[in-house]
Amino acid sequence: MTDTPILELRGISKSFGSVQALADVDFEVRAGEVMALVGDNGAGKSTLVKTVAGIHAPDSGEILFDGKPVHIHSPKEASRLGIEVVYQDLALCDNLDVVQNMFLGREERDLLWRLKEPAMEQRTAETLRGLSVTTIRSIRQPVASLSGGQRQSVAVAKAVLWNSKLVILDEPTAALGVAQTRQVLELVKRLGEQGLAVVLISHNLHDVFEVATRITVLRLGRDVGVYEREKTNQQEIVQAITAGIPTKVAGIPEAAPELAS
Amino acid sequence: MSTDVDVAAPGIGLPEGDEAGVQVGLWRRAYDNVRTGNLGILPIVIGLAFIVVFFSFKATNFFTADNFNNIIVQMAGLTMLAFGVVFVLLLGEIDLSIGYLSGIAALTVAEFQLPGSGHAYPGLVAILIAVGLCTVIGGAQGSVVALVGVPSFVVTLAGLLIWQGVILQVLEIKGVIVIQDAWINDTANYFFTSRNGWIIAGIVTGLYALGTTASLIAKRRAGVAIGNLWIIAAKVAGVALATFGTVAISNHASVPNGLPLAGVLVVIFLIALTYLAKRTPFGRHVYAVGGNAEAARRAGINVARIRIIVFMISGAMAGVGGVLLAARLNSVDLNVGGGTLLLDAISAAVIGGTSLFGGRGEVRSALIGALVIATVSNGLNTAGYKTGTIYIVTGVILLLAVTLDTIARRLQVRSGR
Repeated sequence: MTDTPILELRGISKSFGSVQALADVDFEVRAGEVMALVGDNGAGKSTLVKTVAGIHAPDSGEILFDGKPVHIHSPKEASRLGIEVVYQDLALCDNLDVVQNMFLGREERDLLWRLKEPAMEQRTAETLRGLSVTTIRSIRQPVASLSGGQRQSVAVAKAVLWNSKLVILDEPTAALGVAQTRQVLELVKRLGEQGLAVVLISHNLHDVFEVATRITVLRLGRDVGVYEREKTNQQEIVQAITAGIPTKVAGIPEAAPELAS
Repeated sequence: MSTDVDVAAPGIGLPEGDEAGVQVGLWRRAYDNVRTGNLGILPIVIGLAFIVVFFSFKATNFFTADNFNNIIVQMAGLTMLAFGVVFVLLLGEIDLSIGYLSGIAALTVAEFQLPGSGHAYPGLVAILIAVGLCTVIGGAQGSVVALVGVPSFVVTLAGLLIWQGVILQVLEIKGVIVIQDAWINDTANYFFTSRNGWIIAGIVTGLYALGTTASLIAKRRAGVAIGNLWIIAAKVAGVALATFGTVAISNHASVPNGLPLAGVLVVIFLIALTYLAKRTPFGRHVYAVGGNAEAARRAGINVARIRIIVFMISGAMAGVGGVLLAARLNSVDLNVGGGTLLLDAISAAVIGGTSLFGGRGEVRSALIGALVIATVSNGLNTAGYKTGTIYIVTGVILLLAVTLDTIARRLQVRSGR
């Protein structure tokens, strides 16, 4: 782990009309760690991810990537920086095969505008092997014939293929069965071990405790704390999710009533 | 959501090299294809063979070299339209305007070759103007679909009415425009000498074999799986058989002797459009948008741009088809672009195996479907049946083909996820 975070958010605020989705949120993730982002529905997890992915611009606050302040205006700019988001659905085209999906939108082509199929196939195989994704029988089969876990693995591998530095996974195990969830969690761990910064958004604390190095808890659009997995337990996290108190508002006593509720 | 749990597979790919492994791989792939609703062209090719055998017994004049050439020229225009339909269907859209758009092309080409009209151009220029105009119209219709968000069914239905109206307005006054330009008429009425026919067959087969070999070498160099060599060899042999067989039969015909240029044009467009669909990033993006537009957008693909270009292709192919259809009659009259042309073109693409739901299909399916429609209509005609019967039979075939596609699709949904 290095000292400079790959991604650092300082005092991010975002409101949609009268709804304050994010208020003065700090967040950071370092290379080689899996940072879990947890919180109840409406806590602001998705909004936070979307500001990083270039879908929403924050109203105020600062985004630092690799220690340098950046402004991310579009998903393309995000991926140019090395930020890849794996959404829980809608990420793959069922009718295309694994190789075609991995390179979708960024195909390699030669001077005749011809797709370099062999080269792409080779890199796909290498990437999957590097992530130890071995359950896919042929990378030339359509994604429609893959299981949920395999599809999620392909989506993750697609993010890794582009030498990204930060991979954000939005509920990667939400729709999966037990064995498939295990597959994907193994993959998430491996991403961290390979030195990438990983942000894992999940509702499932069991999953979070299995793979995360640190856990950031959001509540009602504010961050209520960052916990080291080693030094916390599920109960403390649940407490933080349901009744956590914003860390940054100075002077609020422990039992202060919540502003927004 | 499915309940199946992954069984840990032995690794990427099956053991390769030994004969048994390859055989298993083949069956596995065939099984995967059927399971995922990818039936390929086999059912329709078998069906076509049955149709040919049936009419050979039913009508004495059907199984002749003359009639073979006849069918090629009859179906050429329709096939061009159907090529465009395939691209539109791959997006999951529809283009109802192509019938009368082809009429606009016919009208334009006739108008711009008309001697003494003050705007007579050489035939080739007239053709380019006609096809160009249809491309622009297709692009305009596509822009309304892609940028404004009006459903393509409505936009192109409006197009159907508008272009029909334009044709009526112009031709009600002019009546029939005769096409005298040799360049234009030759597109449907030129036949190669038998020697040139053989040369063309040689070139087509040679290019196919060369392309296949080049891709094999590239794959080997990259160290990726190259598939079953026997199947690849069989494909090359099949292409050789089809091209040389066609030339052999065409050269045998007596009245218009030799290989029809219209047939060669169809093959040229088949190759070019297949290249576009299967070998270029653009084609890949068409499949992606048709399969899952949202995923395509998130992958950074400009979805609106893809949609507009596809409607331009559809318009351009309607233009090319319209020129061929007008050239065949050497004239343009009030019926141009009408009749069953539009529905035949869509049926051709669908019968050939292109899905109406987008994302699945091949350019060649247009050719195969058009072959089925032209053969059935020609056969019934030769056997002395009336137009009514032809419609009924074509309708039944269409229904069968789409039913097959829908069942295949349902299997795919069941096996996915």
